[in-house]
Amino acid sequence: MTRAAFTLWRRELTRFFRQPSRIAGAVGTPLLVWVLLGSGFAGSFRLPGAPGMAGPGYLQYFFPGTIVLVLLFAAIFSNISVIEDRHEGFLQGVLVAPVPRSAVVAGKVLGGATLAWLQGVVFLALAPATGLRLSVLSALEAAGILAVLAFSLTALGFAFAWKVDSTQGFHAVMNVVLMPMWLLSGSFFPLDGAPLWLAELMRINPLTYGVAALRQTLAGGRVPALSLAVSLLLGLAAFAAGLLATRGGRVD
Amino acid sequence: MSSPSGTAPAVEARGVRFSYPARRRSAPVRPALAGVDFQVEPGEVFGFLGPNGGGKSTLFRILATLARPESGSLRVFGADLATQAREVRRRLGVVFQNPSLDLQLTVRENLVHQGHLYGLGGRDLAGRIAAGLERFGLSDRADQRAKELSGGLRRRVEIAKALLHEPRLLLLDEPSTGLDPGARRDLWETLDSLRSGGVTVLLTTHFMEEGDRCDRLVLLSRGTIVAEGTPTELKREIGGDVITLTGVDPEALAREIAALHPGLDPQVRDGAVRLERERGHELAARLAEALPGRIESVTVARPSLEDVFLRRTGHRLYDDQEESAA
Repeated sequence: MTRAAFTLWRRELTRFFRQPSRIAGAVGTPLLVWVLLGSGFAGSFRLPGAPGMAGPGYLQYFFPGTIVLVLLFAAIFSNISVIEDRHEGFLQGVLVAPVPRSAVVAGKVLGGATLAWLQGVVFLALAPATGLRLSVLSALEAAGILAVLAFSLTALGFAFAWKVDSTQGFHAVMNVVLMPMWLLSGSFFPLDGAPLWLAELMRINPLTYGVAALRQTLAGGRVPALSLAVSLLLGLAAFAAGLLATRGGRVD
Repeated sequence: MSSPSGTAPAVEARGVRFSYPARRRSAPVRPALAGVDFQVEPGEVFGFLGPNGGGKSTLFRILATLARPESGSLRVFGADLATQAREVRRRLGVVFQNPSLDLQLTVRENLVHQGHLYGLGGRDLAGRIAAGLERFGLSDRADQRAKELSGGLRRRVEIAKALLHEPRLLLLDEPSTGLDPGARRDLWETLDSLRSGGVTVLLTTHFMEEGDRCDRLVLLSRGTIVAEGTPTELKREIGGDVITLTGVDPEALAREIAALHPGLDPQVRDGAVRLERERGHELAARLAEALPGRIESVTVARPSLEDVFLRRTGHRLYDDQEESAA
C-alpha cells in the first residue's frame, strides 16, 4: 500500500520536471497576475484602516493571495492529468493492480500537493521583493501553512476531477468553484471592506482562513490556530471526498 | 495462501449481464451483455470474436475488475470476482487497447512503477525487469521515453509490463489493432510462447484471422454468445465449401440457382450470391455451365469464421452497424 502510494507520488514529480511548460505555466501566470494587477491597483488601493501611506502597499497585500493562486493553479494542473489518465492511460493500469483505492488517492494527491508546495515555496522566496522581511521562523511557518493549503487544494481538485470525466467539465469546475473560492478568500480584497453579503460568503469560504493564516504569518504574527485548523479540516474533508469519488465503477 | 484449487477453470462465467445506463430516459436500455456463460481452461488461448459493440469490451472491462456485472458470477482460478477482487487482480495481467504506458517516462521507469504497484521491489524487481526487457528485445530501449517508441514497440512494453508479476491469466483487449503485420506476427509469437509456458491467454478481437489462432473462442454478437468451440469445430458446421458468385443481377441469379438445385439455399449478401456445399468446386463448375454468361466470377473457399458468424447472426462481422457500447 505505501509502496504503491510512494510510486504514484514519485511519478507525479518525475512527470512534472520533464515538462518545463508546466513549470512555466504554474509559476508564470500568477507572477504576471501579481505584477500586473498588483501594480495596477497599487496607486488607487488603500486598505481600510491602513495608516496612510506608511501601510503595506497593494503589491504586499496581494502577495499571500498570489501564493495561494500558485497553489491553486498547480493543483488544477496536476488534477487535469487525473482526467487524462483515467480512461486511456496510466491510471487504467493502476486500477487493475491489487492496490487499495486509498493508496491511489494518496499517491495522486500527495504528488500533486508536493509539486504545488514546491512552487509555492519558490514564490515565497520573492517575499523580500515586496518589502516583507521574513524571519527564518516565519518563513518556516509560512512553508508549513503552504503545505496544508497545497494538500487541501489538490485534494479538492482531485475529488472534482475524478467525478467530472472531461477536461472541459473540469474547466467549468475551475471557473465556477475554484476561482471564485480564491477570489472570495481575501486574497484579492479584504473581507472588512466588502459588502455584507459578500463578507458572509467570504466568512463561510474555508480558503479565507488559509489565506488569513498565511497573511498573519508573513506579517510576523503567530500562526493562528483556528485558521490553520479550518484549513486542515478542509484538506481532510476534501481527501475523504476524493476517496468517496473513486468508489463505484471498479469492484472493491 | 489458501488459494482455491489449482484445477479450477481459469475463468468461469455464469449468466453475466451488464447494461449501460440509457443516455436519454426514453431510450430503451439495451443490455451490453445479456447473460453470457463460458469457461476458459487453464493454459489455453481463448478468444472473444465479434464486431465492435458486440459486448467484447464490456466483457473485458468486467474481467479486468473495472466494471461490476449487474448479475451473474465470474470466477478466475476459483476466486470470485465480486468478493475476492484483490485475489483476482494478483493473478491477472491486463493489456489495454489504449496504452497504459506513461509516455513521459522511460521504458524502465514504467516497469518499475508497475512492479511497485504489484508489491515487487528491490533486487527481485530489478531482475524481473532485466529479464522482461531481454525477452521482448527491449534491452537497448530501456532508457528511452515511451513516447519515442513505435506502436509495435509500445505494445511490447505493454505486454512486458503486464507480465512483470507473472500473472496466470493474461487479458488483452484488441491486441493487434493498430499494429503493422510484422508487429502482429511478433505479438502472436509472444502469445504462443506464453501458452507453452502455461499462461492462460484471453483476448478480444474483431479480426477473424486472429480468431483462427485461438485454441477456442466464442462469437459475440449484441451481447450474446452465438457460437462457441475450436475454430475447426465452428467451421465444420458450415458443411463444406463456401461458393460466392457475382453477376449482373444477383437476386435473379439466386432464384435461378434455387430453381436448378432445389436442395440449395442461395443467399444474396453484399451483391453476391453465397452458397454452402460440400465439394464446392464441382457445383461451381456445373453452375458455370448451366448459366452461361450470367456469372461474372466464381470463388470457392474453405469456410471462415466470418462465414460462421454470418450464418449464426445473419450479419457480417466487419460492417455491423451497431453503436459502440463501450
